[in-house]
Amino acid sequence: MAALLESLLQKEVEAIKAVEWLKHDGDSDSVAWCKPLKIERKEFVPFLLNFLREQSCSALTHGPATPAKTPSHPRVSQPSQQGPGFSSERRGGCRSTRPGTGPRSASRVQLFSSTPSLSPGAEWDTTHPPSGSHCLGGISALSSPSSTSRHTPSERRSAQRASLGDFMLSPPELQHHSLNLGVQQQPRGRRKSAGMGGQGRQGGGRGVFQIEEVGPGRSEGGGRKGRGGAAVSPPMAQMTTLVQLNLTNLEDFPPMGMSHASPPLHTKPSRRINPTPVSAERPHSRPKTCFTSTPFSTRPSSPPPVPEAVTGGITGALNVGSPSLSLQEERELLKRVKCKRAQQVCSPLPTSFDPCTPTKSGLRLGSGSKMTPDTQGSCPDPSKVTLTSELDLLADIYCTCISENLVPNVFLELFFVLQLLTSRTPAVTEEEDKDLSMGKLDVLERSYLSKVHNCVYFSVRVLENQFELVSHLDKDTLRLLAENERVTCFSPSLRNRLTLAQDPSTAKVSPSVDTFIHSVPFQPATDNRSNFSSDKAFHTFKKQRDIFYEVLREWEDFHKEPRWEFETALGSRVRGMVSQLNSAGNHSHFARLFLKQLVQMCKGPRALGSPGDTPDADLLGMLGADSLGRLKRLEERLIQPQGILGPCPPPAFPGHQEFFRDFLKTASCCQLNQHLKDSLCQQLLQLDEVSILAPVVSSTEGEGDMEQQDEKQRFSSVLLLARLLAKFLGYISFLPYQTSERPSREIQESTAALRSKSMSVLDVCAVLRSCVRRRRTILTVPWLVEYLSMLDFTGPFLLCYRTVLGLLLSLYRRMVLSREGEVCYLNQLLMVAVLGWLFQIPVIPEELFFSTDFTVDVELEESETNIQGLDCLPLVDRQLLYTCCPFLGEFRKLLAAFVAGSSARGGGLIRKITPTSAELRGTPTTTRSQQKLQVDLEQAFFHNQPPSLRRTVEFVAERVGSNCVKHMKVTLVCELVRGGERLLREGLISPGANPLILNDSICAQLCDGGQEALERATRFCSEKGPEAIRVLLPDETSPAVLTTSENITKRLATEKACSWLSSNITALVKREWKTKFDRVIKSLPSPEASGVQGSGSGLGAKAGASAVTQEQSRTPKRDMGEEEAVTSCPPDCPHSAPLPSDVLVEIKEVLSIAVGPRSEKEVLTYLQLNALLGKVGDTLSCKKFSFPMPEQMLIRCTVLLACKLVSGELPMVSPQEECGRTVSPGRTVSPGPVLSDSPVQRVDCSIKALLEQLILLWGRDCCSSAPLHLLFTKMTLRAVLMASDSQWDNFLFLVRQLVERGILGEEEVVSHWRKLSQLPWPTEFIEKIQQQSSSTTSLPLPELQNHMDMLQVSQQPVEGAN
Amino acid sequence: MKLSRAEYKEIVKCTEHLRPTRQCMTILRQRFPNHSQSTLLSIFSLEYQKRTKRTMSWHHAPECIESYYQRYLSEAKARPSVPVLLELANEVDLSPALMARVIVDRFLQDQEGGVSSKQVLNNMLREPSLIPDQALANHVYQCTINDCCYGPLVDCIKHAIGQEAEVLLRDKLKERNLSFLDENQLRTKGYDKTPDIILEVPIAVEGHIVHWIESKASFGDDHSHRTYLNEQFWSYWNRCCRWRDPATCSLLGLLSLGLKVPYRNVNKVLSKRTTFCEHFALHRPLEILRHPNP
Repeated sequence: MAALLESLLQKEVEAIKAVEWLKHDGDSDSVAWCKPLKIERKEFVPFLLNFLREQSCSALTHGPATPAKTPSHPRVSQPSQQGPGFSSERRGGCRSTRPGTGPRSASRVQLFSSTPSLSPGAEWDTTHPPSGSHCLGGISALSSPSSTSRHTPSERRSAQRASLGDFMLSPPELQHHSLNLGVQQQPRGRRKSAGMGGQGRQGGGRGVFQIEEVGPGRSEGGGRKGRGGAAVSPPMAQMTTLVQLNLTNLEDFPPMGMSHASPPLHTKPSRRINPTPVSAERPHSRPKTCFTSTPFSTRPSSPPPVPEAVTGGITGALNVGSPSLSLQEERELLKRVKCKRAQQVCSPLPTSFDPCTPTKSGLRLGSGSKMTPDTQGSCPDPSKVTLTSELDLLADIYCTCISENLVPNVFLELFFVLQLLTSRTPAVTEEEDKDLSMGKLDVLERSYLSKVHNCVYFSVRVLENQFELVSHLDKDTLRLLAENERVTCFSPSLRNRLTLAQDPSTAKVSPSVDTFIHSVPFQPATDNRSNFSSDKAFHTFKKQRDIFYEVLREWEDFHKEPRWEFETALGSRVRGMVSQLNSAGNHSHFARLFLKQLVQMCKGPRALGSPGDTPDADLLGMLGADSLGRLKRLEERLIQPQGILGPCPPPAFPGHQEFFRDFLKTASCCQLNQHLKDSLCQQLLQLDEVSILAPVVSSTEGEGDMEQQDEKQRFSSVLLLARLLAKFLGYISFLPYQTSERPSREIQESTAALRSKSMSVLDVCAVLRSCVRRRRTILTVPWLVEYLSMLDFTGPFLLCYRTVLGLLLSLYRRMVLSREGEVCYLNQLLMVAVLGWLFQIPVIPEELFFSTDFTVDVELEESETNIQGLDCLPLVDRQLLYTCCPFLGEFRKLLAAFVAGSSARGGGLIRKITPTSAELRGTPTTTRSQQKLQVDLEQAFFHNQPPSLRRTVEFVAERVGSNCVKHMKVTLVCELVRGGERLLREGLISPGANPLILNDSICAQLCDGGQEALERATRFCSEKGPEAIRVLLPDETSPAVLTTSENITKRLATEKACSWLSSNITALVKREWKTKFDRVIKSLPSPEASGVQGSGSGLGAKAGASAVTQEQSRTPKRDMGEEEAVTSCPPDCPHSAPLPSDVLVEIKEVLSIAVGPRSEKEVLTYLQLNALLGKVGDTLSCKKFSFPMPEQMLIRCTVLLACKLVSGELPMVSPQEECGRTVSPGRTVSPGPVLSDSPVQRVDCSIKALLEQLILLWGRDCCSSAPLHLLFTKMTLRAVLMASDSQWDNFLFLVRQLVERGILGEEEVVSHWRKLSQLPWPTEFIEKIQQQSSSTTSLPLPELQNHMDMLQVSQQPVEGAN
Repeated sequence: MKLSRAEYKEIVKCTEHLRPTRQCMTILRQRFPNHSQSTLLSIFSLEYQKRTKRTMSWHHAPECIESYYQRYLSEAKARPSVPVLLELANEVDLSPALMARVIVDRFLQDQEGGVSSKQVLNNMLREPSLIPDQALANHVYQCTINDCCYGPLVDCIKHAIGQEAEVLLRDKLKERNLSFLDENQLRTKGYDKTPDIILEVPIAVEGHIVHWIESKASFGDDHSHRTYLNEQFWSYWNRCCRWRDPATCSLLGLLSLGLKVPYRNVNKVLSKRTTFCEHFALHRPLEILRHPNP
């Protein structure tokens, strides 16, 4: 591991290769290079993570520690080969070379060994360097070559590093070394767990880091450092013990705050590379370093005595020096702390305890009182970043690990990165700086992240890389990040992206109305007498119901009082009621009531809020339901300390859930539990099957349609309910096995063996497999995670849970966020978040994540590809994500704490708070209290009515509201846009109009007009709502009830519609208008612009206008929208004209005959061509099938046909011949135009007639864009001139006619002639052309004819000469 | 109108040795007098396109282009009045329009010394009179106008046919009182990729449920079925029909092709079910709507 990282940092291995390797573990080609290193991905990743944690430990002084990761290899303890006595002396030395005891222990030993007299071990070590290295021999051989033969002062270090790297490679080696500790290990291990007892996790060594411990741990560390550096004077014996204790403690205490904690003696922080602490003494169980960042604690609000007690305990333990004694003491301590914690957990937000203002919060964890000003963190400076390339490299590799889901919890890493971003580290002087970064030759020992500059640089780089993930966080977090001065300083581009990313966030989901009546209403179907076995049971149940609610009310009133305990206050009453249950056999009834009440109170995001809102509810309720949420948030911001819990809080029962949990615990009634289990199971599986429709393809970006929101809401409500039920099912199922402490390995194994015989209440494997197969993981996985989070310590070792965890793990691995799969991003994000959380909670064994036991990918792959499951639907939004994973809010808290901290120094950051009292437009002006009363009245009304009434009213209101919005879209918005289009077109006509300015003004006008929507919506709802209610309610409904229902429906529907419209109508109008505007602008020909330009550039308006018309007439793409084209069909058009495509085919045929090559037989007749031109005319006049492109082509073809006619290239036969030829039977033979003598003349006449026909055609409006310039191309003219005189004659005839009829402008013709005359021609041609050119200009039109005659005469000799 | 596979194969076989010119079309027409010119042309055109796809890279090899160009130059010099370019194209079996394109492109390289823009090239092919060399202009004109499979005019005709077919389709649906949303309506509703028609109320055609109709005004051979299926229909399926319950929308209607394909066994249908329909006769595809069952 170390070798790989080292060679990476030394650039012996290319970073790209490593990244490739991380991405595709096991690929043969790309990873061939790493074969000799014998590394495995699953080992490298934890090593890297630990490395980063270690590196940054001095910089991270705030927030909960982000613990290191540990791959745990089951290690078998073997009998010591060297005997117990062996280790006592050599312990220090060997330990220093034995990384297995954990990096921190190693580092401490190193620290102490710098003073030779400190411990025998150290002495041994320093005095016998060769044997020390010998001790490492086998390891060194395996390690990177650079370290084997080094005899520098840092030899030991490098040796150690080498052994660190090899540690994981060579378990035998490890065992060998670990055995060195011999006897002493066992007690140490035990003591350690005891020492950690303060953190509440015993035995399992789940190093639960707790803030209470930070104080002692830190001060102790500081002291130690002091001694290490300056050889302060505790007795030697104590020191030895201290060493031992440190070893144990520090393995569990993440070394955060180290440097902070040593303020009195500013020694150089001990920089040791402490990789992967692996416990050698607990062969099978979990490693010590905690996966969980903050299981229970990090609650800044914890009362101060506890840490003191712990400190005392620890010091006591130190002083005693005897393992067993300290063990005993620490157990005591553990109990006390646990007791405390139990209380705290009951009231998760004991805000009253901690009056800390946010300003301090950033520093609080850094034990602010001790902090000297200069340690408050130097201002990071991009120019002071050292080791940039290495940091880049580390960041790249780290990012790969994150984006490939190789880390156990993506959000934990993100949290770590943000911690780095907001890190504060004491100012480092230049020399130290230099020493820190460059002084050490060893690449792994350099301080990459010890300075705040480097931390921020690294962090910003990772954030840039992981931008997509970051951009899906909530708006507040993004804003805080964007406003973070460090981000601005280090990467302005990242800041810009963050600012941009804030915009598209959160489509608003209206908050659900609070339930004001908390009790489950009586329901005749299940609650009346006939459902009970006896009168007695019936009456008993009524009494039980009363007691239940009494208990509930009492809990609500008192549970937050200090020293109130459920058990003592309510225990007897609850048990009394339960015993009645048993005698009356009412369990199923009570279970139903219990669950209904649970769902009613705890479903939905509210339940996750603080439970203490009940006393304030009335007060806040005065302000109306919709403002309630906002006020609550404001309140939270004001009174809630920014206690940063870290991204992995332990499973908890927030809000009213706590009551239900305590109730179950106190009642401890197995019958009730069984009934609950049955019905929870049934409900859960039903919910799991619920069908969610795909939201209709949303119209466009941003605000979802109402229906889409409805489906989303439905999904989120199903999901939240399922999670709630699953959590309680899990709680009840594992309740019998819950232990406060992790049982020993043996007990665990035997229990597991025992329990594996009975069936689990829920077949989790089957559920998971089926959801994967049906692509419904987005619904199932979150509730399954809730269920599994309730597991007891033994649970994960049962086969079924082992399997399901393995399946979840592979699911997690596959859920790579950056990979565009069919699963929507936010869906993925939710799953990654909950799964990551699950992997971090204490009961889940850590070895799970990095072990490869589970190769179940295959199973997951076999899903049917064609099934359109829920996974592909965009169901999750940010709100749901944050509701399900409230711990994501920790990012915001962390950043806010930083702002608070930094602003205290930097002169304060002014935060603009939008006043919450701003009136929503369109809300009636009745006072808030009246509104509240109204809502309460309505609730009361429904309470007395059958549930169907409420359902009907709500359904109708919802539908009417939705329809209303749609109606507004179709009517009002369309009207507005149409009006806008009219305005735009009018505006564009006026000279000098600027479309963009017009657009803005019209858009503003329309948006104002959009406000009318609210009024119209109200009218619509008042009209439609009551209608529907009247139809749907039974005829027998009393008039009063009917009227009330109608009114409620009206109100609800109006509210729904208006709230949507008021927030969305402007956007909607803008969007529609934009589309229309674009279309209008596009339909305007480009000359429009040139026309505008022309008039703008000072030309007369008339000239400009004429330029426009001329241009238009020549551009094929005129304003010929489809609708217009269709409408311009002549009246009574039967649409029976030949299709353009047919005519095109035909005319193509004629043209290709004209162009050749052709056979002798292929000739055309006048009649054929005549008919063809007729068809063309018909086709052009009927617009039904006419589309711009074919139409233009058709007209173009007529011009080409004319060219061929005048040039005589079209093989035509005279009418006589034609009569002789077979005429197609359907055609009526009309007499030729003129019957002249010679065939040539006859043909000539027919050509003239055809030209006439063409001229008529071009004279039509539709053909005004005919590309007549084609007549004057060199090709045409050449063909004409090469042919006989009559052709020239025809050509001139055509041109003359065109000019005469105004189809061609005179100037245009002249310019054509001029252009032609400049081309290289034979002399006689030039003469002809020049004559034309001059005659056309000099002579007025009527005289043209004469001149042409003259010309023709004069041409004769030339012809003859030919 | 349906065409039996045997007949279709015969036509395809016959086109194998033909060149895409007017003369060859005449041969084809004489050989299969029972089929309309448009059907024959469409089949020929599709077949020829396939052929071109196969040989295109060969024709476009630089040395090949050079040899064509040199041959053209010498021939044009030797026999100015003969349509040399067309003959050359037929000889090497390259579509005349494409041959013209190759030669003009090469010609422009000589003229301007550099690579000409595509725009200029296209304009010259559309309007040969823009070509500076008079003889070449004539030859190009001969090529583009005679080609029945490629070239600007043919493209335009195909375009027109497609649009006309959609109008006809809408007419037919209106005639039968079927309520539908056409592409424009769908687009305003925000669908990004839409079929031509979505039926508001699905119909059953010969036992298959049809939700939407895509009009393809070209002959529905195996290859085009497959291509359209891959390129278009699956995305319609994903984007348009998603909101329907998959169970009820289990069929795709490839109506204009005269082939209805249950989406589950598309491949099977393509291989076994040999219903072909004449497409160019624009009314035919809608024959399938004969028995609407709304």
